[in-house]
Amino acid sequence: MTIVTPDPTGGKTQKDTAPRPRRRSRLAPLVLAAPFALLLLCTVLVPIGYALYLSLFTERLSGLGFDGPHDVFVWLENYADVLGDAAFRESVGNVALYAVIHVPLMLGGALVLALLLDGATVRLRQVWSLAVFLPYAVPGVIAGLIWAYLYSPNIGPLNDVLPWDPLGSNGVLPSIVNMATWQWMGYNMIIFYTALRTVPRDVLEASTVDGAGPIRTALAIKVPMIRPTMFVALVFTVIGSLQLFTEPLVLRSFTTSVTSTWTPSLYVYEAAFISNDYGRAAAASLLLALASALLSALVMRLSARRSR
Amino acid sequence: MNAPRGTSRWMSKSVVHTLLLIAALYSVLPLIWLFTSATKNVGDFSTTGAFELGDWNLWSNLGDLFAEEDGVFLDWVRNSLLYAGLGAVLGALICAACGYAIAKLDFPGRRALFAVTLAGVLVPTTALALPLYLLASELRIVDTFWAVFIPLLTNPFGVYLARAYAEAAVPDEVLEAARVDGAGELRTFFTIALPMMRPGVVTVLLFQFVGIWNNFFLPLVMLTDPELFPMTLGLFQWSSRVSQFPQYSPLVITGSLLAVVPLVIAFIVLQRQWRSGLATGSVK
Repeated sequence: MTIVTPDPTGGKTQKDTAPRPRRRSRLAPLVLAAPFALLLLCTVLVPIGYALYLSLFTERLSGLGFDGPHDVFVWLENYADVLGDAAFRESVGNVALYAVIHVPLMLGGALVLALLLDGATVRLRQVWSLAVFLPYAVPGVIAGLIWAYLYSPNIGPLNDVLPWDPLGSNGVLPSIVNMATWQWMGYNMIIFYTALRTVPRDVLEASTVDGAGPIRTALAIKVPMIRPTMFVALVFTVIGSLQLFTEPLVLRSFTTSVTSTWTPSLYVYEAAFISNDYGRAAAASLLLALASALLSALVMRLSARRSR
Repeated sequence: MNAPRGTSRWMSKSVVHTLLLIAALYSVLPLIWLFTSATKNVGDFSTTGAFELGDWNLWSNLGDLFAEEDGVFLDWVRNSLLYAGLGAVLGALICAACGYAIAKLDFPGRRALFAVTLAGVLVPTTALALPLYLLASELRIVDTFWAVFIPLLTNPFGVYLARAYAEAAVPDEVLEAARVDGAGELRTFFTIALPMMRPGVVTVLLFQFVGIWNNFFLPLVMLTDPELFPMTLGLFQWSSRVSQFPQYSPLVITGSLLAVVPLVIAFIVLQRQWRSGLATGSVK
């Protein structure tokens, strides 16, 4: 975006004969919008472009290797390497399974709680909603640590109570689902509840007069009316699920069941900072961004079709 | 006819409240565990029950926490406050200005900027962290304050919200009147529009504060100097030593409590602000 400084002498008069005070207002909007536009350019667009460029190169030793490594242009080889890597495919499988459990559980729980809160007979609404919302205020790392201790044998109670080992190789997935569900359910409950409050009360009264019970009213009237809000929450949750990183990384200090490439984000981290293979790391992280974009486009497509 | 109906109402009322109680306990019990554990020494930590209080060692744990590694924890607290406090104030102002400009003013590239902003909302921060690191290392600003601070100012969702607030809260007639009075656009924004958008801007500020305070991946890839760490990264680093050195556990847990308490208090105190802010934002 180029910033054009207006000529204050006004060489040519504007065609639409704007009112006089408008004349100097051409620079001001740019001044207001520029800081964010610059940030967007420098911290989103340029880094993505640079990563795209790096993802097309790889470091190779040339000749006998006496000259040190060289960056070699390899077309899409890094992408092919990532997609062909069994560790990467396994990590995609892990987040896919995680998302299939976490997304319906967390959003379903949030919706049920929001509907309960919105019911006519509830007392102490503020207390319930605040209590369930609080985990949102806990940093992901800290939430991970709290639950990691709660899962640990001899320290937390969960290891004794649960019939399986929450830190065992089959137990870590539900354990990670629980960590993320704990963090995000309250936040989404508040979003849904806020949307439910905007449903016109006379519509609800009409349905009660017609003899519909509270459950029927909720399913037939309230849920369809907040569907757009639910789709937005779905998009954010799906994107967030793909990025899963902090919880499994924290658990790695407590169990060996989480490998260093357990999720795609961990794979990127491993490629960049342990293998020092920037080309492969850049390719993997762009594949991740692309997958998020495609999935959110898909969900929005679905939502547009549904609300028609 | 009245009696069974009354009974079923009572039944459904108690079912509703039981479910809400279970959800509230699920959400709050881990935080209570964090508090009770922060009061225990290493011995009590594994011998007393999870929610039981042992001997009261909170003060000595806090003393140990701030004494560890020449008081590096205090640096982490200061850094978290700087990244999140300064970042949220500056970030919210930048969002408000841009959102207002998109909603209420006309300038070349307005639609394109909004389209890119919306796309930016969907670009996950985790996928961005590595590209940012690669760029920062090319520019040789890795392991500096700015390498973490500047990217976290960018908040496309905040601009989206600010635009909705500006559209809802700032009437065109007021702006027209200000223009007729001869006020410049910038002055109109700061003295008239910004105060009208205040509840929305406070919401953006609060959520950006939380976002930066809780951020982890970016500092993890950018920083190696412990004196620049935010609390999240520092506590994570200590926690990775716990399996070899169990004496780090009380430090990690007491530090975690200190990282959580300010935000919990902020959300309780500012309840009306963020609830109404979310309400305005969700309508649009």
